[in-house]
Amino acid sequence: MLEKVNKREARNREGISVRARRIVLQLAFALFAATLLASFASSARADAFDDAMAGFATDKFPEIEQAIGDLVATGAPSAPAILDALAGNRLMFDPDEGKVYIANDNDEYFDPRTGEKVAVESPDDLKKVRLNNAVRAALQAAQGAMSLMAPDPARRLSSANEIFKSRDPAALPQLDAAIAAEKSPGVKRALGEARAAIVAGDSATPEAERLAAVETLKSRGDQDSAGILTNIASSATGRVKAAASAASGAIQARLALWSNVQNVFYGLSLGSVLLLAAIGLAITFGVMGVINMAHGEMVMLGAYVTFATQQAIRAWAPGLFDYSLLIAVPLAFVATGLVGVAIERSIIRFLYGRPLETLLATFGLSLLLQQAVRTAFGANNREVGAPAFMAGSFDFGGVAITSGRLWIIVFALAVFFALQLVLRATPFGLRVRAVTQNRRMASAMGIDTNRVDALAFGLGSGIAGMAGVALSQIDNVSPNLGQSYIIDSFLVVVFGGVGNLWGTLVAALTLGIANKLLEPLIGAVLGKIAMLVFIILFIQKRPRGLFALKGRAVEA
Amino acid sequence: MGDAKLLDFKGLVFVAVLAAAAAIVPALTLFTPTASPLHVPPYLVALFGKYLCFALLALALDLVWGYCGILSLGHGAFFALGGYAMGMYLMRQIGSRGVYANPDLPDFMVFLNWKAVPFTWWGFSSFPYALAMALLVPGALAFAFGWLAFRSRVTGVYLSIITQAMTYALQLAFFRNDMGFGGNNGLTDFKDILGFNVQSDATRAALFSLSAIALIGAYLAARAMTVSKFGKVVIAIRDAESRARFIGYRVENYKIAVFVVSAVMAGVAGALYVPQVGIINPGEFAPANSIEAVIWVSVGGRGTLVGAALGAILVNFAKTWFTGALPEFWLFALGLLFIVVTIFMPRGLLGLFDSRRAAPAKAAALKSAPTAGEAAQ
Repeated sequence: MLEKVNKREARNREGISVRARRIVLQLAFALFAATLLASFASSARADAFDDAMAGFATDKFPEIEQAIGDLVATGAPSAPAILDALAGNRLMFDPDEGKVYIANDNDEYFDPRTGEKVAVESPDDLKKVRLNNAVRAALQAAQGAMSLMAPDPARRLSSANEIFKSRDPAALPQLDAAIAAEKSPGVKRALGEARAAIVAGDSATPEAERLAAVETLKSRGDQDSAGILTNIASSATGRVKAAASAASGAIQARLALWSNVQNVFYGLSLGSVLLLAAIGLAITFGVMGVINMAHGEMVMLGAYVTFATQQAIRAWAPGLFDYSLLIAVPLAFVATGLVGVAIERSIIRFLYGRPLETLLATFGLSLLLQQAVRTAFGANNREVGAPAFMAGSFDFGGVAITSGRLWIIVFALAVFFALQLVLRATPFGLRVRAVTQNRRMASAMGIDTNRVDALAFGLGSGIAGMAGVALSQIDNVSPNLGQSYIIDSFLVVVFGGVGNLWGTLVAALTLGIANKLLEPLIGAVLGKIAMLVFIILFIQKRPRGLFALKGRAVEA
Repeated sequence: MGDAKLLDFKGLVFVAVLAAAAAIVPALTLFTPTASPLHVPPYLVALFGKYLCFALLALALDLVWGYCGILSLGHGAFFALGGYAMGMYLMRQIGSRGVYANPDLPDFMVFLNWKAVPFTWWGFSSFPYALAMALLVPGALAFAFGWLAFRSRVTGVYLSIITQAMTYALQLAFFRNDMGFGGNNGLTDFKDILGFNVQSDATRAALFSLSAIALIGAYLAARAMTVSKFGKVVIAIRDAESRARFIGYRVENYKIAVFVVSAVMAGVAGALYVPQVGIINPGEFAPANSIEAVIWVSVGGRGTLVGAALGAILVNFAKTWFTGALPEFWLFALGLLFIVVTIFMPRGLLGLFDSRRAAPAKAAALKSAPTAGEAAQ
């Protein structure tokens, strides 16, 4: 019994697909004719449209099927809307007058030709234009054909790409018609590629045409075309086979290159995250020599400042949401900077010259801060939104670049150079460098070393807070946010060379890129382990890091 | 540290209390009726057995940090490796009683569709082999690490950071299923140890006594090391590494030796810990755990051995109490403890006790033997 049903269904489906194919052929010619006609016979269209619409005002499926073809053939601009209405069961007809309307969900009715709202006297008399499988198949084919001819180029492009993926030989006539009518070069190329994808694999096509199709696919050069070419290479014979396998090889090689470039971009992105996380530490640990284990919590506080800022903006000034990150950056800097100054005054200053004790005290502090934030905001992740300019992505060559990641790279570099500027070109920076080089001499020269210590620690913490603003975009904002960065940050600073900001920059980017290049080879976790082991071994060789300070400052 | 007696007053009390506990607690839990006021409930035995393992870890850490000035932030790794060695033995003892009832493979390997046990598991059915591994693997890792780090004179903060990186790398490695150590879930569902049910009260009591005895043994060994001539050199290295080197001592050899001994002790602690808590997973490698062990030592008083063990027991007791009564406040308390101890009590609880007792005699002592502890770091 079941078998019988299945067989019948299969036969039905076969019938439908044969019929669909026939319809497509008809449609294609109709379309072709229509576009020709439409260009110089606009008056004739009006009657053809009415005739087509009359075909819908019936219960008979073959007539409706016919009407779909006729409608497409008119090339009327409102045809897609009518077909959509038909597909959505919103196409109604008046059995007495033979008129057709498009309905919407609110029981309003529109004229199919103009799309204007019309008053219907007795809506209850209207009947739905009904669908069966055959009509649905015709409708789908018509919609496909319509979208190949749609006025919107983006829609034509996407339907060309769909055909490229499906490689349905039935679409060939539509494609040929569409290619002939197409004006936009981009869409035309996509249509040509879709055609090539069908033709190249079709053994009935002449060899020369297939070879040309293979060339077209090769010039497209993405993963999909490589897949199609590999398929062809395995099934075809003779010159087509050779050409296809050569083309597929060429594409693969190019893709491998692009994927490396893509990995380098990911690496830069990871490196900039590491740089952001480590750069504040490069001040507190690198320049001041304070092992601040609570550094990660400064980053976390910065992320929560971002969250709070966005909450405030959502509540009082929703229009400013796109600027929320710009507003959060200075707020986070000031807030975490103040926390930093408070920490320095209350804890760190008792522990200068005792690095291991500092490590323990600040670790305790990090636990306190985590628990404080957990008590205040809850243990769950907090949602930090992305403003419009951070969302989306674009292609650069064969590389997909996410705007958010790109902005973080830019931001990290901006913070880095701003910090360099502060340390190199301001009186404050001069004092910081003086105090770190020789505290007692600086003090003898009249520098208030306590003040400088507090401000420098505040600066490092503030930078960590700004990093938190950026990291809130790519990481979960939770009380544990900081923990995941602290070990990496220390390793970056130590690897780069303590007391050397440029070393931090080079180390962060090197580690980021190396990590991402290793990842495809040995996996993410092993890659990370490999980096850790590498740094452990590297420190044995150069205990002072990549760019060690030279001279007396080293021993101080 | 002026006198070189193996057992001073503190040590004597410490050893006596532990020995008494090792003898009396099992008796009190096994042979007294439940209603008796002297009865020690089995859960307390397991809990204090756990504390004793932590105390052993703290003792090991104090040996390297308090006496040799090496602040290891990765001692949890040695502890966990010892624990994994014991855990693997316990896994093999499950035999065909696992969920999948496979006589040859532990459950997680059946789950991962493995056909045979990897070579890392060979021999772990044998208790002596597992015990040897619990000592050898942490020792070998410490030797390799120390060989690299101490010979290239990585010291101070740098050493702390790379020990932290070491335990972090191991944590990541043990998280991987491919490593063959149970991945994320670790090893658990243990049944027997040497034929005795791990869950039974008698086994628990025996493990408690063993932990106490191991702690006594480790204390005596560490004490013997530190009061010997060898120990004097180690303390000299802590206080003035360059000077010790210039006098002609091979500083790195001393450091490696202390580091390895300490790692082996931590491994023993781990091996005793696992059967008592019934699970070992990569979380034990977490860098935060190792740092927490450092605070036990700080609280008790570094460079005192007894203090380190005491600190571990006190802090963990507080942790148990807080997480039961005020779970929100445990991290506040622990965080404050870190800060207060490092700023106000650099010599820990035992240090407070010592300085009060020593205060009158200080003037006299200063002339003859300057205390080494003062100059630490």
